[in-house]
Parts: sequence; C-alpha cells; structure tokens
Amino acid sequence: MKIIENVSRRNFIKLAGITAGSFALGVHLPLTKAQANTLAEHQINFFISFNDLGDVSIICHRSEMGQGIRTSIPQIIADELGADWNKVSVVQAKADAKYGPQGTAGSASIRSHFTTIRQVGAAAREMLEQAAANIWQVNKSAVSAKKHFVYHNKTGEKITFGELAKHAAKLTAPDVNTITLKSQHNFSLIGKNVKQVDLDNIVTGQAEYAQDIELPDMLIAVIQRPKVVGAVVKSFDASEAKKVKGVVDVIQLKPRKLPAGVYPLSGVAVLATNTWAATEGKKKLSIEWDTSNVAAASKHDSKQFTKQLKAQVNTKGAIVRRKGDVYRHNYDEANTVEATYSIPYLHHAPMETPAATAIVTSEKCTIWAGTQNPQWAQGMVAQELGIPREEIDKIELNVTLMGGAFGRKSKGDFIIEAVELAQKTNKPVKVVWTREDDVQHGFYHSSSANYFKAQVNGQGQVDNLIARTAYPPIAWLWDEQAKHPSDSQLSLGFADMPFELNSLSLEKHDVDSYVRPGWLRSVACINNGFALGSFVDELAVKANKSPRAMWLSLIGSDREDNPSSDSFKYSNYDLDYKDHPVDTKRMKSLINLISDKANIEEELPSNQGWGISFLRSFGSYVAAATKVQVVNNKIEVLEMHTAVDCGIVVTPDRVEAQMEGAMIFGLSIALMGEISVSNGAVEQNNFYDYPVTRINQAPKMFVHLVNSKKPPGGIGEPGVPPVVPSITNAIYHASKIRIRDLPINKVMEV
Amino acid sequence: MIEITLNNKNISVDVEPDMPLLYVLRDELKLKGTKFGCGVGQCGACTVHLNGQAIRSCITPISAVNKQKITTIEGLSTDGDHKVQKAWREHKVPQCGYCQSGQMMSAASLLANNASPSDEEVVEHMQGNICRCGTYKRIKKAIHAAADMES
Repeated sequence: MKIIENVSRRNFIKLAGITAGSFALGVHLPLTKAQANTLAEHQINFFISFNDLGDVSIICHRSEMGQGIRTSIPQIIADELGADWNKVSVVQAKADAKYGPQGTAGSASIRSHFTTIRQVGAAAREMLEQAAANIWQVNKSAVSAKKHFVYHNKTGEKITFGELAKHAAKLTAPDVNTITLKSQHNFSLIGKNVKQVDLDNIVTGQAEYAQDIELPDMLIAVIQRPKVVGAVVKSFDASEAKKVKGVVDVIQLKPRKLPAGVYPLSGVAVLATNTWAATEGKKKLSIEWDTSNVAAASKHDSKQFTKQLKAQVNTKGAIVRRKGDVYRHNYDEANTVEATYSIPYLHHAPMETPAATAIVTSEKCTIWAGTQNPQWAQGMVAQELGIPREEIDKIELNVTLMGGAFGRKSKGDFIIEAVELAQKTNKPVKVVWTREDDVQHGFYHSSSANYFKAQVNGQGQVDNLIARTAYPPIAWLWDEQAKHPSDSQLSLGFADMPFELNSLSLEKHDVDSYVRPGWLRSVACINNGFALGSFVDELAVKANKSPRAMWLSLIGSDREDNPSSDSFKYSNYDLDYKDHPVDTKRMKSLINLISDKANIEEELPSNQGWGISFLRSFGSYVAAATKVQVVNNKIEVLEMHTAVDCGIVVTPDRVEAQMEGAMIFGLSIALMGEISVSNGAVEQNNFYDYPVTRINQAPKMFVHLVNSKKPPGGIGEPGVPPVVPSITNAIYHASKIRIRDLPINKVMEV
Repeated sequence: MIEITLNNKNISVDVEPDMPLLYVLRDELKLKGTKFGCGVGQCGACTVHLNGQAIRSCITPISAVNKQKITTIEGLSTDGDHKVQKAWREHKVPQCGYCQSGQMMSAASLLANNASPSDEEVVEHMQGNICRCGTYKRIKKAIHAAADMES
C-alpha cells in the first residue's frame, strides 16, 4: 500500500492553501468559457473562486466514475460556504498535490475527508464574513452568511458574495483550528438531493469521457499485448497491418519486466488516423512472444488453481487472529458445519474501456485520461519521462469523466502507453482499448477460497469457529514474493468477523500469483462476505433457526468489537476507530430492518425463498435480502432489498443509486461472473462470454436508508458484499441447492 | 462517397465502405455522443436510429446506410427536451452516464413504435443495452414516465 499512498497525509487545509499569505490571485482557476472572456476572477482558496457576478466555481478534486462525487464534494463545500447551489459551477481538478489526496478509491472521498472538505468551505465563508464585517466596521460575530449573501445580524443589511469576494481574497485565511463548522441541524445542502452536476450533459450526449478526446493531428493507437503477464515480444511482422488504409505506423512498446506493478504489459501498437483502422490493423499483426521468463505463468490454469486453493484452506494455515483453542475441541460431526467456498477471477468491465491521450514535447507532457488516481499516474509519467519530482508541473494531467471504473482505472498502465507512444511519434496519441483488450489484460479480482467450520450446540448456539482464506494478494504487483494478504487486506470482511464466540481461529495461506490482481469494487469483501454470509445461513439451517435469529445470536451483545490484537492489526478502512468503531448494535438493527422491510419471514410457495446477508465494510453497515424462485433448475430473482446505515448522508439519491447499482453488480458476480485462465491466457473476450447483468435479469429493487448522525461511511463499495450471498442463500431456501462455488450458472440456469 | 441524412442534415463522407457507422460518427464527423462499448453489437452503447429504428452502429458498415436517415443522441431533440431525455432527468437515471446515449436512443425508438409499452415489452426491447452501473430500475421507470408524457 505504501506505493499508492506516497502522497503524504499532511494537513489538507495547508495543502488547500488556506494559510496566511497563500492567496494567489494571479493563479486563476479554469473558468467556463463565458466567464473567461469577460469576468475577473477572485480566488478565495484553491477550491473556491468567484466572478464579479457572484457565481462561484468549486473544484472537485476527486474523480467521477458514476458515484456522483462531482455533485457531492461541491455540495459539501457549498453548504459550509453558505452558497446558493444555483450559482455553483464545478471545475474538475487536474492532478495536483495542492488539493491533497486525489486517489478516488476505497469509497473514501467523503468518509475519509468529510471534515477537511467542510473546512475548505467554512474557511472561505469566514473570510467572506470578515470582509463584510470590515465594511460595516463590526465584529465578525455580528454578521452571518446565508445563501450567497452576508447579512448584518442587527440591521438586516446584506452584501452579495460576489461583491465581498474581491475583498475576501485579500484577507488572511483563518487558522484551521479556529474554523467553526456548521452544526448538523444547520446543513442547508448536505442531505438534500441537489441537481446532479453532469446530468444535463449526459442526457444530451455532451458529457466528455476519455474516449471522446479529440486533438488536431491526433493518432489513435490500439495495442496487441501479451496473453501471458510478463511475456515480451520476440519478433513481429507488421506488413499486413500497414496495408490497412488509415494505418500510419506500427511501433513496438518497451518490454516490461516483473514485478508488473501497474505499468503497461508491453506489446505492439498500431497507430492510425481513425479507431477502425487501428483496430483492424491490430488484427493483422503477427507477433511471436517470448514466454521464457514466465514459464510457470504460461502454464497457469484457473480451474486447477481453484482446486488447489480449496485444498489448501482445508488444511491448517497461519494464525491471523485466535481466541481459545479450537484445535483442542472435539467436534461433534452431526452438529458441525464445515464448508469450503470459492470465487473465480472477476473483471471490472466498465462500459468505457480504458483510454488516454497524451502529447509530449521537450517542455511539457499533457494528458487527458479517465483516471481514479491522477497524482499516482502523474508520478508514474514523471518517472517514465525522467522528470524530477520538483518539476512535476511539467506534467499536466487533465481528468475526464470515466464511463465506469470499479477500480480498473486506478491503475496508470493505459496512461503510460499513451505517453510512450506520444513521445515516440511526436504527435498527440490517443490509446484506446478494445473490449477484448479490456477483458483479457485486466487487473483481476483474485480467485479465492474460504473455509469455515463451527459447531452448533443443543441450544442453537455456535462456537469453535475456524475460518481460513487463500487468494493471490494485490501486493504481488510490486513484490513477487508476496504470497498472502496483508493485515489491511485481511481487515476486509475476514479477520473483522464480529461474532461473540469463546473460541475461534482465523487463518491465512500462502499462494503463488500468475495474473495481475487488482482492486475490484469491494475488493476482498466480495469473497470474504460471500463465504461469511453463506456460512451463517448454513449454521442457521443446521441449528433450525431463522437466518435473522442466527445473525443476531452470532453478533451477540451490544458492544464495540475491535478485532485488533497482538497478532493482527485491524486497518478499519484507514478510519479513526474512535469515530468509526465496529458497532454491533448498528449491525443488529440493520439485520432487523432488512428482515422486516423485505418481510423475509413471509409464507412462500415451496419453490421460492428469501436469503439475507450482512457486512460492515468501508465504514458503512449494509444488509441485503433477495427473493428467488427456482423452477426446473432455473432461477429467477424476484425481489432485492438493501438496507444501509452509512452515517451522515450527503446526497441521498446518489446513495440510493449506488445501492441499486450494487445489487446489479452483485447479481453479475453471483450469477455469471467468471474469468477463466488456460495456459496463462484469459479465455473470455467480450460481453458474450463475460456476461454482466442485463435489464431482463434485474428484479424489483428497494433501498432502505437509515437516518443517522454518525460520521459518514463509504457508499460506492459496501453495497456489493452482502448482495452476493443473499442470492445464493435464497436459492438454498427455494431449492435446497447450496451454491458454494460461484458463479451460479455453472450449475443452474440463470 | 457516401451520402446520409444525419440529424436532419444532408452530408457526405469519403471513408472505406466497410467502416462501421460508429467510427464515421465519432472519428470522422466528431460526434462523440454515440459510444463504443464492445464493437460486436452486444452492449448497445453505440445505438443510433436508422430511419427511426434503433440499430447498433458498431456493426453497421457505413455503406449499408447510404442515402438513409441517421439520428444520433445529438439529434434526438433540439433542446435536449425529447420526452425520454426529460424522463431521464426527472428520474436521475444516469450514474457514469456512458451507456445512456444508447439507452435513450433505444428507449426513444421503443416509444416511437409502442406509445405505452408494458413492463415485459420494455424489458424485451431494452435487453440489448448493458448498463454496468446498474441503472435498470430507473430506466424502466423513466420509460414508463416518458410514455405518460404529452409528446
């Protein structure tokens, strides 16, 4: 994780420039075209600037991939600022450390930065108030900002933000420790469904994604990459490719060695004046690959690998966390549940395949890319071009909208490809990935196996639980010796199991890696949440209890259940444990809420069933319930619910949208998700053999949002993990078929 | 030279006859609202209208639409006020938005042929359009809402 997190966690406000003497009126932020032509600009801080009409531009420094962050961050800032939302325009930040961390991953934008984002707005509001107080020659406490005006509290006089901005911009910014944030009950925009920032552009086809970048004299590149990770080009014949009308050049990319990092895979690029010619030219390349350095990877077979992982987790592993001594317990077989679960490799398949455009001159490198992590990519480009850290400004990275990402676009590989080709051709180059490129050369959610064993006693109480996990760790990208997940990875729904037991043993295994692993929406919470949620249901069946009763009994008393111990450091999604404890009371209320709202204990025909599950992840608590019908081994998903307690909600409608999306994403994983590998090569190609949920598979969906004043949790990812086992549990209750190996379509029609 | 009526304007393009319409629109005519998603007619991101009917532009050679009428998202309405667009706004359908041009073009052709489709008809017509963000619930709602609007 160090490699990603090399942006220091310095005080965000300092980075945001709200310190004495840091106003840079000469440094104008990008404006809309109309403003730029006619209006002066008054910049209050790096995030906020006004024009003379009083319209405010607010920077969104994190990347939009559909989660609505370009609405929610400006919404938070505008609320603390006291701005009128109708006068807000949103400007996307380029890669720049002055904004603080920009890596948009881990559902972290709001949960990890809520206070600092609020401080940005509040500091500017205090400066506007101070400017008004100076004009009226009163103390700042005698004035207050509201909806784009500052009011004199006594006289009721008011001055517009637009008039005050030019004075405010000259003031010293308040010390971060003196800034007063609004109380929650005074929020004017947070918690409201404000107008979505990009909605109009999207519905008129005007929204610009990385694939849409167009520059004069630009070449479009499509690349043939090696089927086996780490293979390099031995030789190639481009003569047929060059015959395709529109093809301008064929260029071999640099060979890349392991560890793979998030660098390109090497290969051969076909550059053309249009995308069609580049795509057709690529098909006509003839390449001989050298796999001598990756002999083991070139024999990798994912089906064998899953068998191997399952065998491993059926043996004792290295202890991650333990209590009591399960190995001294004599398991009574009749009352013991023992189960092994597996999930294959999975892929992101965002609707927009990766794309990046670059121009490289001797002075500067300019990039347009849909990236979740602009500063990380900028740093990689600097390294690639040999630009020293102190000259990082020579790399201008413009962040476009992303047509979905789900973790795929946190990696900079496709950006480096564009930079390398732009440098080699001295022309603007846009690299576009075909769908086949995307499916076959991704960073996959690791194939995994989880094992569970526990005994149910006469009263239906569970104890002596063993859980084991084995999967290729993401750390392998940087260290080929990395063989098991770190504590931080094990904190994702595995070692943070919140059950009140006397005796448990949580264990991990070492495994080798052969394909590039990567973060996929919800990361290891997918496999851990599937295994945990399935096992609880299996325990309920064994104990002859309702799933609700089993969950409540396992979670036990109301308490804060910190899983950290001498041997295991719980990462808690990098949240402060004090603000975000593992709260069993919130868990139980979610389980009761979903059970009641979905009415899971209703009488059903024998071929229908409800399944539920739960996981706390990314600081939020989510429960899911699914109703299915099984007829002749074909399943139909009839209804899905999720209940979410994510603390303070900024944009309720976008939270609901994320939960709706999580149900569909979970359906894709559970029903059909499988990337298989044979001889080191991914076997799937496109949506016809890597299917994702379509509208005919989408059931009735309901979202139940808990009203909470707790600090905000994440929302992009926490919806997915409980959805997957809720589906397989429902199948069990409708058919007595227990799915322990995903996807479901291996054994049932979906 | 191929002639088409594109968004009610007559234009001609000089490209290879087998070049799919998608790339003619995006790369030659710089109309970027129509998206690439799969290249094989599987996902619907590239949906446009050919004489009012939804087609996948990524698998339609430009030569196949010679002298015919093509409508893209840019030409669906003059002010972004087609009833499908209005309903998409009202129900806040898009998440990332990338597939939504194709979704709206499919929905518009459905409603042009069937003013009041049933749930089953909506699902039947829309299953060629993938949304990886999972906006299907809202797509269904928005299509019904658009059907209820005065044209």
